[in-house]
Amino acid sequence: MSSVAQIVQKVRSKNAGPFWLTIDIFCGSPAAYAQITENISTERIAILFQTTPDQIKRFDIAGLNVVKFSLPRPTVQGSRTDRDMHGAGWAPLVAELDIN
Amino acid sequence: MGTRILIPSGALGLGYNKTALDRAVAAKPDLIAIDGGSTDSGPSYLGRGVSKYATESTKIEWQGLIEARATAGCPLVIGTAGTCGTDSTVDWLYDITLKILSDLGLSAKIARLYSEQDTAIIAQTPLFPLSAAPYIDSDTVKSCTHIVALAGAEQIQTALKTGAEIIIAGRTTDTAIIAALPLQNGNHAGAAWHGAKIGECGALCATNPQSGVILVDFDDTGFTVTPMADGAKASPHTVSAHMLYENSDPFILFEPGGHLDVTQATYTAINDVAVRVMGSKWEPSDTYTVKLEGARITGYQTILMAILRDAHYVENVQIWCDDIIEKLAVKVADRMELDPTTWHAELRIIGQNSNLGALEQRTSDATELGVLAILTAPDQATANTLGKMMNPYLLHHPLTQEEEQPTFAFPFSPAEIDRGAAYEFVLHHVMELANPMDAFRLVVTDV
Repeated sequence: MSSVAQIVQKVRSKNAGPFWLTIDIFCGSPAAYAQITENISTERIAILFQTTPDQIKRFDIAGLNVVKFSLPRPTVQGSRTDRDMHGAGWAPLVAELDIN
Repeated sequence: MGTRILIPSGALGLGYNKTALDRAVAAKPDLIAIDGGSTDSGPSYLGRGVSKYATESTKIEWQGLIEARATAGCPLVIGTAGTCGTDSTVDWLYDITLKILSDLGLSAKIARLYSEQDTAIIAQTPLFPLSAAPYIDSDTVKSCTHIVALAGAEQIQTALKTGAEIIIAGRTTDTAIIAALPLQNGNHAGAAWHGAKIGECGALCATNPQSGVILVDFDDTGFTVTPMADGAKASPHTVSAHMLYENSDPFILFEPGGHLDVTQATYTAINDVAVRVMGSKWEPSDTYTVKLEGARITGYQTILMAILRDAHYVENVQIWCDDIIEKLAVKVADRMELDPTTWHAELRIIGQNSNLGALEQRTSDATELGVLAILTAPDQATANTLGKMMNPYLLHHPLTQEEEQPTFAFPFSPAEIDRGAAYEFVLHHVMELANPMDAFRLVVTDV
């Protein structure tokens, strides 16, 4: 068993405006890309962010070996309940997922 | 006719490579465009109408660009001046500009494009929610301290047509300041917007992203991006991957008056450093809409911090925090005449889950933990009073009545730190305009 972080180049999360979060998995190779697309379902991401799959936009971009997820921000940027102004801190959640 | 746009960096305030800038100026750009802001630093800047960058830093970087403009003999355009692009930040940068021109003994024609909106008028205007927009009503809109509309290419073109040499624009889309001139020159519309999106963060679309300076050349069929610093290289991968950055959709980008579709775009290396892009499409919309951003005060805050180093307390920190929150509520109800729905107390455990909260998956054996107390109230005096009531718990609260009274580490005296007003973003909506300039104002001066 390894983690996403162990097989990919980088996982990045960022605000896409104050109301959306976007997560980019830079796989780095077609082999890693294949492993990620097989193992990381939209459902797994939904569970991780305590939301439903229909809230998540998914882009499998083979040409870049990138898998991208976008979802309404778990907390609106800068609101009283927000803990991370720039949204970069959500990436480790995805990076630490297990890969079979 | 081709159009050459020089982009010195992703934002004024981030710095740029001077050698690369000189090289780009020598390549005779038709326009220098730089972004001055974004919502990324949070709602406080828009809420207060201020810049996040120091006046001193901004003056030095802006002066370098004013000198570059004078040498190149082309217009200099800044979008979203002063982080948030309110009228106050446009005027802030205008004042800095006057000082620079006076110091240098230069004159210039300056256009100021104002994007701020009257909250009372917006409260009466039909607004259309974008995806994941919060619920709003006219009271929400009226409670905003500042509302700005994002100008597109049309408003920048109106400013360019005045013959202004320096354009200081309030809130604009990141891309509008770059796309405006190529569109005005009749270059390929899809390429104009796509090249603008690729270029808006400067050299972030290339290797050595901190070098900043790039040139984007637009023509009738596509665009070419060339980073200017030594060692900086654009490749089809770095350029196409930039469409991922801070975009919820990497193929579609909505702008005033239509949307960009890059699904069919092709990226080709034309040498070791430059990339050619073709096949991007611009789809005009039936109506002309501009996006709005608004911020309002959500309360006033006082914060405190305590450090727990005692292993017994580190181990039982959540119980300790929950108990404090409960006891504070009882004390406040007992001693203050305060509606419990108007104030809020929170303890965030730094070293455990302060970044992710309930989403955190990992646990760890920490040596020490920080406990950040955040008190939110309708006014600062009340928030401070709540902080003073929180203080004794953070200092001495025991896990059980039986144990000896503990004392925890406070890094500061006084422990309470007044944070002032806390703001929140409340608009993620668009409004329709019959004419693109309807919600914007242009002031032109010769100085």
